[in-house]
Amino acid sequence: MIQLEQFLILSSLIFSIGVIGIFLNRKNVIIILMSVELILLAVNINLVAFSYFLGDLTGQIFALFVLTVAAAEAAIGLAILVVYNRNAGNIEIENINSLKG
Amino acid sequence: MSIFIPIVPEFFIFLSAVTLLVVGLFVKNIKLIINLSILALLIAIVLVFMQSIQTVFNNSLVIDEFSKVMKVLILMGSLSAIVMYHSSRKDLNIDLFEFPILILLATIGMMIMVSANDLIAIFIGLELQSLTLYVLAALNRNHLSSSEAGLKYFLLGALSSGLLLFGLSYIYGFTGNTNLNLISTTVTSGNIGLIIGIVFVCSGIAFKVSAVPFHMWTPDVYEGAPTPVTAFFALAPKVAALALAVRFLVVGFGDISFDWQQIIIFLSLASMIFAAFAAIAQKNIKRLMAYSSIGHVGYALIGLACGTAQGISSLIIYLTIYLAMNIGVFAFILSMKNKGDYFENISDLAGLYKTHPYYSLLITIFMFSLAGIPPLAGFFGKFYIFIAAIESNLMLLAIVGILASVISAFYYLRVIKVIYFDENKNSFEGFNSRSLNILINPSAFLILAFCVYPVPLIAISNYAASSFF
Repeated sequence: MIQLEQFLILSSLIFSIGVIGIFLNRKNVIIILMSVELILLAVNINLVAFSYFLGDLTGQIFALFVLTVAAAEAAIGLAILVVYNRNAGNIEIENINSLKG
Repeated sequence: MSIFIPIVPEFFIFLSAVTLLVVGLFVKNIKLIINLSILALLIAIVLVFMQSIQTVFNNSLVIDEFSKVMKVLILMGSLSAIVMYHSSRKDLNIDLFEFPILILLATIGMMIMVSANDLIAIFIGLELQSLTLYVLAALNRNHLSSSEAGLKYFLLGALSSGLLLFGLSYIYGFTGNTNLNLISTTVTSGNIGLIIGIVFVCSGIAFKVSAVPFHMWTPDVYEGAPTPVTAFFALAPKVAALALAVRFLVVGFGDISFDWQQIIIFLSLASMIFAAFAAIAQKNIKRLMAYSSIGHVGYALIGLACGTAQGISSLIIYLTIYLAMNIGVFAFILSMKNKGDYFENISDLAGLYKTHPYYSLLITIFMFSLAGIPPLAGFFGKFYIFIAAIESNLMLLAIVGILASVISAFYYLRVIKVIYFDENKNSFEGFNSRSLNILINPSAFLILAFCVYPVPLIAISNYAASSFF
């Protein structure tokens, strides 16, 4: 029988991979989008695991909402990325610096 | 249909946004769309006033005094953003009918955020608001700077939504509920899982209000986005995210305020100190306003850190005054144009006193008020916040706040020095714009009137804070 703690460890590992992927990646914006999806999936694992162990369905409903919003977020992110690519000619992270900061 | 009656304002804005989207496809008259969306927001303000105090959808949305006041502030912010857009849409190449519709959709998201009493409702409201804001930042799609601002805002915003959601999942798991009222009955001090959840949610909200150390996106997005969008970012989303933080922390975790108070105190101290020093070197006035808004969020968070009725009511006073000052300053920034070119550098203002003495006086009032110099409204906003902090024994916050506002006075006063004492360079024709004058004059009047007649605002803020205590 898998315990709740094991689910939480798994989800925090996936979450950490997502966060590290955003900050250490120096190459490509698409990888950041994938890392964001990883973070949201880690949240979903959390929600479903909590929902199962609490015997409460709300968590699974929450996970469905998260899935829907994640899809919308990815769509908008890719759209902005396409617009950026059209203006800048590439999507390398090191070149995103016309606004300094 | 009767279940929609309690949320009539949101529902009305939603219907208007969808209708205008269809109308905009067939009617090529953008002015009509803008006027209709302004009308929709005005009607929504009336509808918010007429709402009765109640909870709806199994207590997942609440309509109380606090949410009504905050919704009116948010609607005012959205309204002035659309008016600013109207004055500049042709010269900024953003003559698109989607702009007012996106503002309407973001407004619905913010109104849900303010009313949300359930973790799922908080999440949905926040995402509806942020997704529209990402698109708004990248609205000027033929400009590199605008699309870069949109991209940066999207990447950091998506990360912050992820952090916030991770926190929400922990809070759900360790309390077993998603409703804030039910959560508040089960919280116990010293529950590690719950504290992890609160920390993550606080950092997610700190991203949205741009509190240090989660402020990295603010200056770039403020500079890159088209100016009416920047103005909108500085107005409504800040109010909505702070209101969300207040309801989430005070209603859900009021009993363990000691656990989250330290996080808010840290965010507030870091924002005030950082903004005071970082803004000194800025040359672009939009970047200056970005750092200024970081600092002002720091002061507003003091009110939340108090966690008392007095703290919350001073936070509401502060937010209202902040809104009035920013409407004025951004309308002024939009007036800095000559023959279709917009000027954004502080040095472009040199000698403005000689060509536009009246508007120089108004920007002096705004800048003095932002710096917190008596007898203007900005001083009283800070004054009430510091009084609340001292009465809650948060002396450190009050002292650092006063020191930070002294330092930040430097860069506000520098703008005034450039206007009055430097050699004249430009004259701007944007001051003749009627729609910008509709914004500049009343906000200057409100700032001046507050010191003479502060009673209404204090009464409103006490009324709003009474819904929690």
